[in-house]
Amino acid sequence: MKSPIIVGYTTMVRKEVVRIFRIWTQTLLPPVITMSLYFVVFGKFIGSQVAPISGFTYIQYIVPGLVMMSIITAAYMNTVSTFYFAKWQRVIDEILVSPMPSWTVIAGFVSGGIIRAFLTGVLVVIVSLFFTHLAIFNFFILFSAAFLTALLFALAGIVNAIYAKSFDAISIVPNFVLTPLTYLGGVFYSIHLLPPFFAKISLLNPILYMVNAFRYGFLGVSDVSIGRCFAVIIAFTLVMLLWTLILFRTGAGLKR
Amino acid sequence: MTPAIEITGLKKTYTTGKNTKMEAVKGVSLTIPQGEFFSLLGPNGAGKTTLISILAGLGVKTEGTVKIHGVSIDENPDLAKSFIGLVPQEFNFSIFEKVLDIILDQAGYYGITRKDALPYAEKILKDLGLWEKKDQQAQALSGGMKRRLMIARALIHKPQILLLDEPTAGVDVELRRSMWDFLRELNASGTTILLTTHYLEEAEQLSRRVAIINNGEIIEEGSVQQLLSKLHFITLHLDTVESITEAIMLLLRGEPLVREDEHVLKLTLKPGATLNEVFRKLSSVGVHIKNVRTTGSMLEEVFIQLIEKKNS
Repeated sequence: MKSPIIVGYTTMVRKEVVRIFRIWTQTLLPPVITMSLYFVVFGKFIGSQVAPISGFTYIQYIVPGLVMMSIITAAYMNTVSTFYFAKWQRVIDEILVSPMPSWTVIAGFVSGGIIRAFLTGVLVVIVSLFFTHLAIFNFFILFSAAFLTALLFALAGIVNAIYAKSFDAISIVPNFVLTPLTYLGGVFYSIHLLPPFFAKISLLNPILYMVNAFRYGFLGVSDVSIGRCFAVIIAFTLVMLLWTLILFRTGAGLKR
Repeated sequence: MTPAIEITGLKKTYTTGKNTKMEAVKGVSLTIPQGEFFSLLGPNGAGKTTLISILAGLGVKTEGTVKIHGVSIDENPDLAKSFIGLVPQEFNFSIFEKVLDIILDQAGYYGITRKDALPYAEKILKDLGLWEKKDQQAQALSGGMKRRLMIARALIHKPQILLLDEPTAGVDVELRRSMWDFLRELNASGTTILLTTHYLEEAEQLSRRVAIINNGEIIEEGSVQQLLSKLHFITLHLDTVESITEAIMLLLRGEPLVREDEHVLKLTLKPGATLNEVFRKLSSVGVHIKNVRTTGSMLEEVFIQLIEKKNS
């Protein structure tokens, strides 16, 4: 007989997976199209005119960053939209009245975000193979960087959704925080190419560490040490996890 | 036997502005034994939904203790919640989900696998006349069906206590009566039911005990009979055969009668007083009564009188 907690968790995950595939034109297709355009425009058209970076062609260099960008967006958007919609329709009450512990509920929502992030990441990698050759330098680092980053942004999506009081509030963070940080997080360039001042400023951007850890997994090159990358990712993930747990415990933004 | 619900000194204060607060529940104490059919009556904003939300784990109390089957909602909230099924006032399911999926997912949240939940889901959906709609998206259901879907969802884990927050609001008379029959059977099978309702007839028909809540306070509690005995007067409307003229009213002076219409007299009768005297007097002045009507339910009269008394 399955444990009630496992049954509750698998119910939530099943529901999330069904939703992701039911509305695949909103969840899986857009990042594939967007990233294909990046590969064509930046990788082929412009990239062919750019000198190799760390011994890799420009398109090879940007593919890991673009995959990571789609992972971040997918993980974040999945939880922020599912959670906010559930809160707005009060469907979240179905879960809040149940005896599932808070951490199981969080795990259910977060798993949905991670699954969508991985599906998106794999699809973008497959599309990238039409444009360039890719090898994996270290699968464990690649997987760990992707998993922890997806976990971090899935949690961040929940926090955003809990605080959000309108649909506008769930688009503020992606538009005004996430997108600028991602674009300035070393997706398209190595920070060694920047003037020293901007290179130092870039080190304050947490997404830089995620992109570089992921790139290291693919190419074996990184602007910052891999240990430092994981230390930053793990620290941010723990803070976000704690924040989410506190919000659930106090019921802030969830309970009346 | 441990009470199904034991509430002591429950308070809930909402922060409504920077320096403003609103006390929605003001020290409510209530004990509901197992197997009871209990109704909570009160006007809008009385604190009924706030109270139900706290019991179900959707609201955070400010003060007081709540025990569900002896389990404190502070010490073991998850166990306390497992005893309860909630039918909220507003529809709160995903309209894009299929009816059966809504039920089976809810079972999953209570630790019951889809396979194990299916036979009981079939039974309750059939009992509530929804089995044929099981593969339809919830948005395709009528208002009454959506209400029944919420009842089915609340029952899928076979809760010992069912909380219903205005379950028949907006439901037509026929459907309301079939839902009453369903709830009576459920209560007879041992489920404790706590119902909030605007329909006083509903409380009168279904419950053994009633509490009247107003401005966050329980102003009266007891069996339906006990509450009815608190009636200060009963209002009856008498339809007359003859026209009621001013001359007739002069002859009826001293009787508890008021002319409402050409053919209607309002009779305000004190509890214990008989109709015979009034009818004898009416006969003596040549007025014949062809029909006697009440304004609403007897409980409604108690309700109105208690609220008026409290407010004054």
